Amino acid sequence: MNILVCISHVPDTTSKINFVDNDTKFDLSGVQFVINPNDEFGLTRAMWFKEKQGAKVTVINVGGAETEPTLRKALAIGADEAIRINTVASDSFTVAKQLAHVIQNGGYDLVIAGRESIDYNGGMVPGMIAGLIDANFVNNCINLDVDGTSATASREIDGGKETVSTSLPLVIGGQKGLVEESDLRIPNMRGIMMARKKPLNVMEPIDNAAETTSVKFEKPAVKEAVTMVSVDNLDELVSLLHNEAKVI
Amino acid sequence: MEATEKNLLRGGQFLVKETKCEDVFTPEDFNEDQQMMKEAVTEFVDREVWAKKAQFEKKDYALTESCMRKAGELGFLSISVPEEYGGMGMGFVDTALVCDYISGATGSFSTAFGAHTGIGTMPITLYGNEEQKQKYVPKLASGEWFGSYCLTEPSAGSDANSGKTKAILSADGKTYSITGQKMWISNAGFCSLMIVFARIEDDKNITGFIVEYDPKSPNGITMGEEEHKLGIRASSTRQVFFNETVVPVENMLSTRGNGFKIAMNALNVGRIKLAAACLDAQRRVITESIKYANERIQFKTPISSFGAIRQKIAEMATNCWVGEAATYRASKNIEDRITLRQNNGKDTHQEAELKGVEEYAIECSILKVAVSEYVQNCTDEGIQIFGGMGFSEETPVESAWRDARIARIYEGTNEINRMLSIGMLIKKAMKGHVDLLGPATAVANELTGIPSFDIPDFSELFSEEKSIIKNLKKLFLMVAGAALQKYGEKIEKHQQLMLASSDILIQIYMAESAILRAEKIVKKEGEDKVKEQVAMAKLNLFHAIDVIETAGKHSIISFSEGDEQRMMLMGLKRYIKYVNMPNIIELRNIISDKVTKENKYCF
Repeated sequence: MNILVCISHVPDTTSKINFVDNDTKFDLSGVQFVINPNDEFGLTRAMWFKEKQGAKVTVINVGGAETEPTLRKALAIGADEAIRINTVASDSFTVAKQLAHVIQNGGYDLVIAGRESIDYNGGMVPGMIAGLIDANFVNNCINLDVDGTSATASREIDGGKETVSTSLPLVIGGQKGLVEESDLRIPNMRGIMMARKKPLNVMEPIDNAAETTSVKFEKPAVKEAVTMVSVDNLDELVSLLHNEAKVI
Repeated sequence: MEATEKNLLRGGQFLVKETKCEDVFTPEDFNEDQQMMKEAVTEFVDREVWAKKAQFEKKDYALTESCMRKAGELGFLSISVPEEYGGMGMGFVDTALVCDYISGATGSFSTAFGAHTGIGTMPITLYGNEEQKQKYVPKLASGEWFGSYCLTEPSAGSDANSGKTKAILSADGKTYSITGQKMWISNAGFCSLMIVFARIEDDKNITGFIVEYDPKSPNGITMGEEEHKLGIRASSTRQVFFNETVVPVENMLSTRGNGFKIAMNALNVGRIKLAAACLDAQRRVITESIKYANERIQFKTPISSFGAIRQKIAEMATNCWVGEAATYRASKNIEDRITLRQNNGKDTHQEAELKGVEEYAIECSILKVAVSEYVQNCTDEGIQIFGGMGFSEETPVESAWRDARIARIYEGTNEINRMLSIGMLIKKAMKGHVDLLGPATAVANELTGIPSFDIPDFSELFSEEKSIIKNLKKLFLMVAGAALQKYGEKIEKHQQLMLASSDILIQIYMAESAILRAEKIVKKEGEDKVKEQVAMAKLNLFHAIDVIETAGKHSIISFSEGDEQRMMLMGLKRYIKYVNMPNIIELRNIISDKVTKENKYCF
């Protein structure tokens, strides 16, 4: 099986989010980047396929050279090779277009993408890829088994889960459940040493025109301090709601 | 910059030569692989060790062993082991890095890791013959077997060469029979291999042996109960008794009588690794203390905004940052020296490694003392920031404080290491490896001359601090030179003088490393972006001067009198002069503002 895992390069979940240049750019200072968690669940499942059923695992990312450490971490975890499409990941459609082009020419049986990345949370790329390459698609995928060219996948639905059977080639939007957090792998020292020897191919984008341009970012308004009112003092509460909050 | 014979300082030479910031390695210079290693180790520790801290405190020895096995699976036990023996063959900086980040969560695991990878494995990789290395090292590198190091005896602690354990050759000349008692043996409870030091006949020096241990067929080896200790509670520590334990002659390590040298050299490596192992413990305590101080409200204010707390946080962060600077500086020196020796073609890898570390034995001792004292202060102040809460076992600072205490004792007590640092420096000078005499004479001449009253141009960043470092080195040469002239080799009998001189030496190395680290970052990032690092380097130097003034005074008064004493005290005053003294309260505020805002140790 030939598996492609799409890897987003995202700020660590504990990062402080700030913007610079008149709120037009994300402030990178002090921010640590990681493999998008939803993609990491997918990568770990891909490694399981590789080890238990035999598969070649390629990881791919759309981004500048600064995203290479994230790809190399995926190689250290055990992916066989990596591809970086050398353009800014400006919006979902641009990213999906670039990925679809590589996928169409790569002969992949299974494409695993996280159901969303934790930076922009667009959640559109996996579906768009499936549409562009006309492959089967399972989103919010929490379990995946492959037998020859047929696949059984479970997806999370409101209040429960649904199991579907489908066939390869297949695109999934994966998440936790594909594997559990305790299954996530720490790159071992030999993996880190080997990562540098594995191929990391840089490909130029097919068409660099992004569909959208980011104009500015805004952070939510800072939450104001809470005023505590004693349960015995309803008059004060009414007065505050009337005079300060002006809601009654 | 690539190290060459010309630009790479010899051990101890930092005292008489100026180092450029481009020539020091700092944590900011970690390459991508090293960053990845750091993250991998941290992830392992967060998941497997830190998360189970309470179990370690309940003396769960089995947990220590299982964590060690997991560390073996991830390759953490084999970093410094050559590839031909199943290791990663990585450089000394990588070794220090893994040792650093793997050690922060609990001293129990840190000790097990250090004892196995350092003194449990290194004696064989450094002194073993080919057969011994092929037979034992792969097992140790993978974590299939664990090693322990049996040197200390009830009556042989700091005086390690006085051990009473005997090794008697059998009549057929094929085996040795070892009998004796060893104590404070780390990893004893789960080891399969012991490096045992014993005396053959009435040899002057002890001899090292590799002893296999299988509890199912104990070969005369019995274990005492687990010791109940102040800290590192889940580190297995037992007495080990040897009663006519039979060891094949081919298991002698190196040659007869070379055991003391093996023991000492293994400790050199152990010392710098111990310094590294005291770093992440500080980072974690600092971060926990900052978080607590930011959350703890008293007088309707987070206590992190009170000056009394800010002072502590700033000092803790500074010490940690300085410790990092010096530890990685020396680690890279060792790595470069090993590479140079190998490239020169004179040494095998094994010899290069051995001599590379031995070269910087002075720095190893300096680091061991300084950083183990930093972690002690850090954990102590951590408890103070937590207040009453810090006294509770529920907080991570309580166990960190108990765990930190041993670092001042093992791998040679800090007192032994202080005296060693001076003793080794004197020996190096006598052998002509470091020219102390020339510079010391120059200082003596300078003292009798008329001092310049011009104030130099100190407008460039760190120009005054670097000039002070130069002067502090002169001060050391003045004090040590005069003391040596007075006492000659008998100086070793004047322990208090040796300790005071060592304090000067230690402060110089740490302060210089910090200034160089800050200068290097400033050159890369610009002063505005790294004002906290600049503040830490200056704050540390300021304290160093205070320590050096006291130690210098104590030393001078102890061995001189009359005009000579007056001249040296004048010299002391001259060499510690700080014209544009920084406002250290302001420096502390700069540092604490940054870390409290980031809510963690963030350098």
